[in-house]
Amino acid sequence: MSATLDQYVGKRWRKPHFITSPGWRWGLIIASVIYLVLAFASVEINWSRVYRGLSRGWEFIVGFANPDFVSRWSDISSGMAESVVMTVASTVVGIALSIPVALGAARNIAPLPVYLVCRAIIALSRALNEIIVAIILVAILGFGPLAGFITLSFATIGFLAKLLAEDIEDMQKAQAEAVKATGAKWMQWVNYGVQPQVMPRLVGLSMYRLDINFRESAVLGLVGAGGIGATLNTAFDRYEFDSVAAILIIIIVSVMVLEYLSGIIRARMK
Amino acid sequence: MLKLEKLTKVYNTGDKALSGVDLEVGKGQVIALIGPSGAGKSTLIRCVNRLVQPTSGRAILDGVDITALGAGGLRRERRRMGMIFQEYALVERLSVMENVLSGRLGYVGFWRSFLRKFPQSDVDEAYRLLDRVGLLHMADKRADARSGGQRQRVGIARALIQDPTLLLVDEPTASLDPKTSREIMRLIVEMCRERELATIINIHDVNLAKMFVQRVVGLEAGRIVFDGAPDELVPDVLTRIYGEEDWEATIETVDDADEENDEAGK
Repeated sequence: MSATLDQYVGKRWRKPHFITSPGWRWGLIIASVIYLVLAFASVEINWSRVYRGLSRGWEFIVGFANPDFVSRWSDISSGMAESVVMTVASTVVGIALSIPVALGAARNIAPLPVYLVCRAIIALSRALNEIIVAIILVAILGFGPLAGFITLSFATIGFLAKLLAEDIEDMQKAQAEAVKATGAKWMQWVNYGVQPQVMPRLVGLSMYRLDINFRESAVLGLVGAGGIGATLNTAFDRYEFDSVAAILIIIIVSVMVLEYLSGIIRARMK
Repeated sequence: MLKLEKLTKVYNTGDKALSGVDLEVGKGQVIALIGPSGAGKSTLIRCVNRLVQPTSGRAILDGVDITALGAGGLRRERRRMGMIFQEYALVERLSVMENVLSGRLGYVGFWRSFLRKFPQSDVDEAYRLLDRVGLLHMADKRADARSGGQRQRVGIARALIQDPTLLLVDEPTASLDPKTSREIMRLIVEMCRERELATIINIHDVNLAKMFVQRVVGLEAGRIVFDGAPDELVPDVLTRIYGEEDWEATIETVDDADEENDEAGK
């Protein structure tokens, strides 16, 4: 015992390297550095084009200093109203659809076939970016908020169902088991044994998604899916940077208000 | 009452948790199931209400073969089997009252339970049980804000509101201090006697078991190696259950076990 201890005592100790082989370690470091240098070198920068764009950038900054809420106010207010409707409706519908998908996508409650189907729905929703879905839906349904509403509802499923399913998988088994042992039916078991454990997460995620959907609704307008984004796009096309500034300020303030509200709600849900 | 015949459980990993356990528990009889960690105590009681699916053998409660039931029949039979858990297993974000009333889930429909509109008789019984375990004033407090002993009392009320004929108790005192452990054990045993419940209590604390029950069953590596009265637990028997150790101190403490020298030998 003490013979082996003697080999250790007096020797310096340091944390073992993550990659033990020095060859691999240094090889990876050098390869990464070479790649980064080459990658930066390959980015083409057209300085004359950047110079020409500077004046427009300056106009933009000047426009920001003098936001014009008034001259396009009717467009802005109807665009905002459309965005709010789109956001709230798609979040509510998205949540309602994600809860059953989340239950099916949690390996600890769902049988394997259900699990695979629900995971496939989530994967599909996450693989298709909002913009791509919106472009497709605008092509099918025409311009307007309906395309945006469906896009955001669909995107909400991928986001909320995945994260909620993970929370369900992390729940304390004993609590759910105790409810099952009373002879509860499946729905009662979910309501008493599972739901209370994941409720704070569900509320937090829903608030977060409301926030995301609002920001996305501004972007989706750019591809014709309605909302404040459509108003923003029109203002850009007309080079009315003062109206653009007004719209951006409204979006920023709205997001901040939502952020603040969701903070309060989440703190209360603990 | 409860009869286990050749009950066997082999887990998917190949571990044989129970091998052919035969056991009979009569009405109103409280037995303590002792044995080292991993002996299969927890598996045994979970095989009775099928939180764990037994591999073979039968568990018969009042003539009903529980191991042969379908999903609906199992839910009905589970109502008659109350369970008290290690670490309480209360639903932490629900109130004390909701936890107790969850014991009635097998008897009420989904919407009633979803809207928390339980029949008045259930609510009254919940209050009576909370009063009996000394927590009446805490009915609407959240379950996770209670101390360990209080939480286990809620767990007891939840099991008893099912109006069971059989009580399965899994390490009820595992994380409680010695004094609270005795109070909880006393409460469980008293209420089982009052209601004449057949009861199996898993417990690793031999002294505590000997203090409160008349019949002790020793489980080792999935087999019953002892079944008898507490005072038959001589050093040889304890060695058979737990392995070689000096058991004299364990046996001594039972004779002079008083409230003031709690768990002296442990």
